[in-house]
Amino acid sequence: MHPLVFSRIAIASSAAVGIDATVNALRGRRTGLAPCAFETVRLQTCVGQVPDAHLLPVRADLAEFDCRNNRLAQLGLAQDGFEEAVLEARERYGAARIGVFLGTSTSGIHSTELAYRRRDEGSGALPADFHYGATHNTYSVAWFVQSYLGLCGPSLVVSTACSSSAKVFGTAARMIAAGLCDAAVVGGVDSLCLTTLYGFGSLGLLSAGYCRPFDSGRDGISIGEGAGFILLEKPAPKCALDAVALLGVGESSDAYHMSSPHPDGLGARLAMESALRDAGLAPRAIDYINLHGTGTPANDAMEDKAVVDLFGRETCCSSTKGWTGHTLGACGAIEAIISALAIENDFLPGSVNTSNVDPAMRLRYLLENESASANRVMSNAFGFGGTNCSLVLGRA
Amino acid sequence: MKLKFFVDAAAVLGPGLAGWEAARPILAGSARYVPADLVLPRLEALPAAERRRVGPVVKLSISVGLQALEQAGEACDAVPTVFTSSTGDGDVINEICSMLAGSDRLISPTRFHNSVHNAPSGYWGIATGSHSPSTSLCAFEWSFSAGLLEAATQASTDHESVLLIAYDLPYPEPLRGVRPIRHPFASALLIARARSARSVAACELRNGSAGGPSRMQDGNLERLRRDNPAARSLPLLAALAGVRGTEVLIEGTAGNTLGVSITPC
Repeated sequence: MHPLVFSRIAIASSAAVGIDATVNALRGRRTGLAPCAFETVRLQTCVGQVPDAHLLPVRADLAEFDCRNNRLAQLGLAQDGFEEAVLEARERYGAARIGVFLGTSTSGIHSTELAYRRRDEGSGALPADFHYGATHNTYSVAWFVQSYLGLCGPSLVVSTACSSSAKVFGTAARMIAAGLCDAAVVGGVDSLCLTTLYGFGSLGLLSAGYCRPFDSGRDGISIGEGAGFILLEKPAPKCALDAVALLGVGESSDAYHMSSPHPDGLGARLAMESALRDAGLAPRAIDYINLHGTGTPANDAMEDKAVVDLFGRETCCSSTKGWTGHTLGACGAIEAIISALAIENDFLPGSVNTSNVDPAMRLRYLLENESASANRVMSNAFGFGGTNCSLVLGRA
Repeated sequence: MKLKFFVDAAAVLGPGLAGWEAARPILAGSARYVPADLVLPRLEALPAAERRRVGPVVKLSISVGLQALEQAGEACDAVPTVFTSSTGDGDVINEICSMLAGSDRLISPTRFHNSVHNAPSGYWGIATGSHSPSTSLCAFEWSFSAGLLEAATQASTDHESVLLIAYDLPYPEPLRGVRPIRHPFASALLIARARSARSVAACELRNGSAGGPSRMQDGNLERLRRDNPAARSLPLLAALAGVRGTEVLIEGTAGNTLGVSITPC
């Protein structure tokens, strides 16, 4: 593919709000995880929760979109000069020439969970102040963000569980290549809700404590919430030489099981190979892999296999879910941003919370931050339904 | 900016529209449309253990996709897929939200993994053995046009052909009260970059056309088109069924209209 520049990024997660704070949290190895005290949830696990005090009601003219997920989206948009950069791009390209392609798994379903508690005792009807389309519906977050930014180009939500906001990069690249837009706001937003907490709990996939990717004692995921946005554009002649760009996207399907990954990492390998092909790079050109690394026994084992089969054992790898938790439909975008920060700041994040790397794992797993230039980075995102997506990022 | 593609096959399942061959004269206007409850086909493609776990959403979406491929004589284990739906699986969402509103929150693991928007895509992989890319989209009322844009751009960039599957089913109460969809509907289009012997129509797509949307002449079909987001594909299906050269206008997001000009092959 033709490279697309990350001309602005914005991030809000439990680890930090904003780029500078995120870099500080990564360098200072400060996790955003804490024992779960979300809403009325009674589960023994940790979550990466963005403090409620940060989640302000959405802008008054968009009040019907008000829900935890869109509040989190709004918090993300307000960071790092992102809104201003989009408005400037809108001046340049026109509102109809900027697409909005976002990933989410549960959108504003927490609003529905709360509305079900207030069903009419007689009729069972949901309360009149519940706005289904603007909150619960999977499209809500892209509709909200597009309205918030005053854009009117193509827009959609990709909802493929935990690969959602990695796959939006593919959609944006195709839409731009096909000439349907000149730039795109891509990203992912997912927020804590009872459905995912109790759902992953029912599958026995929640860690009892802090998630420990690739640890011999790893026991599951810590669910997190977050928002990550990227303004993607074709490189302009004046574009800084060291700007981070999307170089390749690879997608595949496991065709194996709804909630377990292919044990040999077949789909993961296909996605990584396809991303390298798209970028025109050999495996040895990759300096660092930001793993999907959820901390479940099955994911980490299959990802280890797939990475070692393709890259060998020398490539530096880590999962950053120890900082943010598993942000599900937002992890693709959030980890693409962390990968971009690694490139810009010449450092590789070593895993937090993990202390003893599982001896059965063969890839080169970083436990400490390393100062090293990473010019080409791969970021992996895999999800339920056997959906896989790998991104290659690097200097444009 | 125009995007060119070819339609190699179409399929439909809806009330009174029991497969492409049966629906074709109705959509072309040469047979009368008689609304009737849709009988969901058995999904033989899934292994028995998986078949027991899936509901109408998976059965409907996978069946309509397989019908389109069968018609084109295309193998199902390689073509990339684009699934698009506004509602996802309403029965599963309702059961989960009902459980979570009570004190016993032990939801079923199968129900939880079936609640993801990409459940039909996941089961499609299991049914067909395809490792090809598959995406699952949502754009509320405008999910069909979003899916068509994605499929058309895939065919013009990354893939030679792509299967678009649009589907929506009624929610149960109480969600039905806030999102009233009365009838299940699904359609599928096999879209190709290049013309081949099996191509049915050459299409040109433009985002940002004026006017629209196109409506169905038959009053009942027009009600169906408005009722179900996936049924916004009906005017396009009607043009393909009637082998008519025409332009179809479809509602898109942000007030945009998608114009599709159709020339029979």
